Amino acid sequence: MILEVNGVEFQYRSKEVLKDIKFHLKKNEVLAILGPNGVGKTTLLKCMNAILKPKNGTILVDKEDVLKLEQIDIARRMGYVPQRCEPARLTAFDSILLGRMPHMKWNISPEDIMLVEATIKKLHLEDIALRYIDELSGGELQKVGIARAIAQNPKLLLLDEPTSSLDLKNQLEILNIVREVVKVENVSAVMTMHDLNLAFRYADKFLFLKNGTIFAAGSMGDITPQVIEEVYGVPVTIQNYMNVSVVIPV
Amino acid sequence: MSNSEGDIAGRYREHTGRKRTYILTGFALLLVAAVLSIAMGSVDIPPLDVVRTLAGHTVSTTWDSIIWNVRLPQVLTAIVAGAGLAVTGVVMQSILRNPLGSPFTLGISNAAAFGAAFSVIILGAGSTSSRVGDAVTINNPYVTTVAAFVFAMLVTLVILAFSKIRGTSPEVMILVGVAMGSLFTAGTMFLQYFADDVQLASMVFWTFGDTARASWEELGLITAIVAASIVYFTFNRWKYNAIDAGDETAKGLGVNVERVRLWGMLWASLVTSIIVAFLGVIGFVGLICPHMTRRIIGDDHRFLITGSIVMGALLLLCADTTARLMMQPYQLPVAVLTSFLGAPTFIYLILKGRRI
Repeated sequence: MILEVNGVEFQYRSKEVLKDIKFHLKKNEVLAILGPNGVGKTTLLKCMNAILKPKNGTILVDKEDVLKLEQIDIARRMGYVPQRCEPARLTAFDSILLGRMPHMKWNISPEDIMLVEATIKKLHLEDIALRYIDELSGGELQKVGIARAIAQNPKLLLLDEPTSSLDLKNQLEILNIVREVVKVENVSAVMTMHDLNLAFRYADKFLFLKNGTIFAAGSMGDITPQVIEEVYGVPVTIQNYMNVSVVIPV
Repeated sequence: MSNSEGDIAGRYREHTGRKRTYILTGFALLLVAAVLSIAMGSVDIPPLDVVRTLAGHTVSTTWDSIIWNVRLPQVLTAIVAGAGLAVTGVVMQSILRNPLGSPFTLGISNAAAFGAAFSVIILGAGSTSSRVGDAVTINNPYVTTVAAFVFAMLVTLVILAFSKIRGTSPEVMILVGVAMGSLFTAGTMFLQYFADDVQLASMVFWTFGDTARASWEELGLITAIVAASIVYFTFNRWKYNAIDAGDETAKGLGVNVERVRLWGMLWASLVTSIIVAFLGVIGFVGLICPHMTRRIIGDDHRFLITGSIVMGALLLLCADTTARLMMQPYQLPVAVLTSFLGAPTFIYLILKGRRI
């Protein structure tokens, strides 16, 4: 078990946002957190690497209690890709090099440079490696963000809506990269998503949030049209097309 | 993973190497400018003799006295103040996530000016003097300096207190800073209304930033604070890069963003307060130098911090020398010139820049 979340509760001011969150994830698995807008998907993701501090509960990553670790130790174990990365006058290489921060002391080492170069090759970012990120497209910027998280050498990748605001080609590319990385680097990934069809296509496990808690969880076989209707309030049917499950509102 | 660096790493090293070259070039220019600045004045000294004198050989006792007592302290003050204001600007722009961040964003200069006015009117400190012939005599310059410093730090404490209550967000810091600036401007106006001619003159005179004010001891103190802040800022250079990528990215990289923001602000305030307290208000250097440097070497704080230090030192030194020479025998305070040059330079940067 790479990730075990138990009894996590989160409050914003005095408003309860998340309660009784409990799930686990195995190595080399991709989990999609799904649910309507404002249900707390991003909040849950941020709780997992303690950017937000849960009021109660435990989060174990590789059997270590995240909430008892320092922020920098968490960064050595989990790579986080927020929804939006602010562009600056830095090259993509510089930006990915930031991923080595949790591991460096005073400055980068030649090993860090080599690791970043290897990451760039792995994600096929050679062409943009020395371009300034304030000149990159949304899709390229997102890839740089993922590359940075991979350079952190994490056990777990956390991605906050990695495909929002991307075109179809970039959506598929990004999610293929995530799948590839999970397989090759021997890590697991948790991502929040809105697009059910993309989630069904690229994730192994699914977690549906409703009213601040888990409504349903499991693999593809556990997800029925009733679950989706209950969560989103829209009647749907799930069809199989060439071994891909497709959700169609009816 | 291969054991040797490949093509991309090689190109990356070339890329960073270029930035180092720019900085070294700037540093060489700074040395040349420093010698020339010492050489020029109401008495011209050949640059070679300046170098000889600085190396410890007495070429002429008059020159010795001019160089060691008058010109060198002023040149060094310009260099140190320029470096301090520029590096503070870089850090403020990063931690406040705002291109308009500068040493004066947080109302520090307004508070310092109020402190100076307060010392003149309420504490009866009279006025500070500079080497301008008709400057009013000093009663006690240190009272003015201390009062300016105290009020500048007071603003910092107020902003810190608000950050504690409302969270350390850039918005809270900037808004409280603007409010404080406005409050102290009103306070200064209030004091000025009740001042007599001499007091009014000394208050206004104090606010003109002037590098000729600092003695060797004062220069030592300013240098110590600026140097310490540079060490601190350099130590955190990666963290500023991370914060530039967004607060959440930075947190995901293990950066305690609130702490970096708070300490960065505290150091920036300290540097600004000490410079303003001893020299008066020198505008625009802290805002413009970082942007000029960004245009040349980008936003990477590994190079931007050092680059801005060199740029700030060079710019203020050149401005100071020009101000000293252009209306001889009168020496203009440098602040008059930086404010004059600041506005057009800034507009130029906006028009030509890809973004501020």
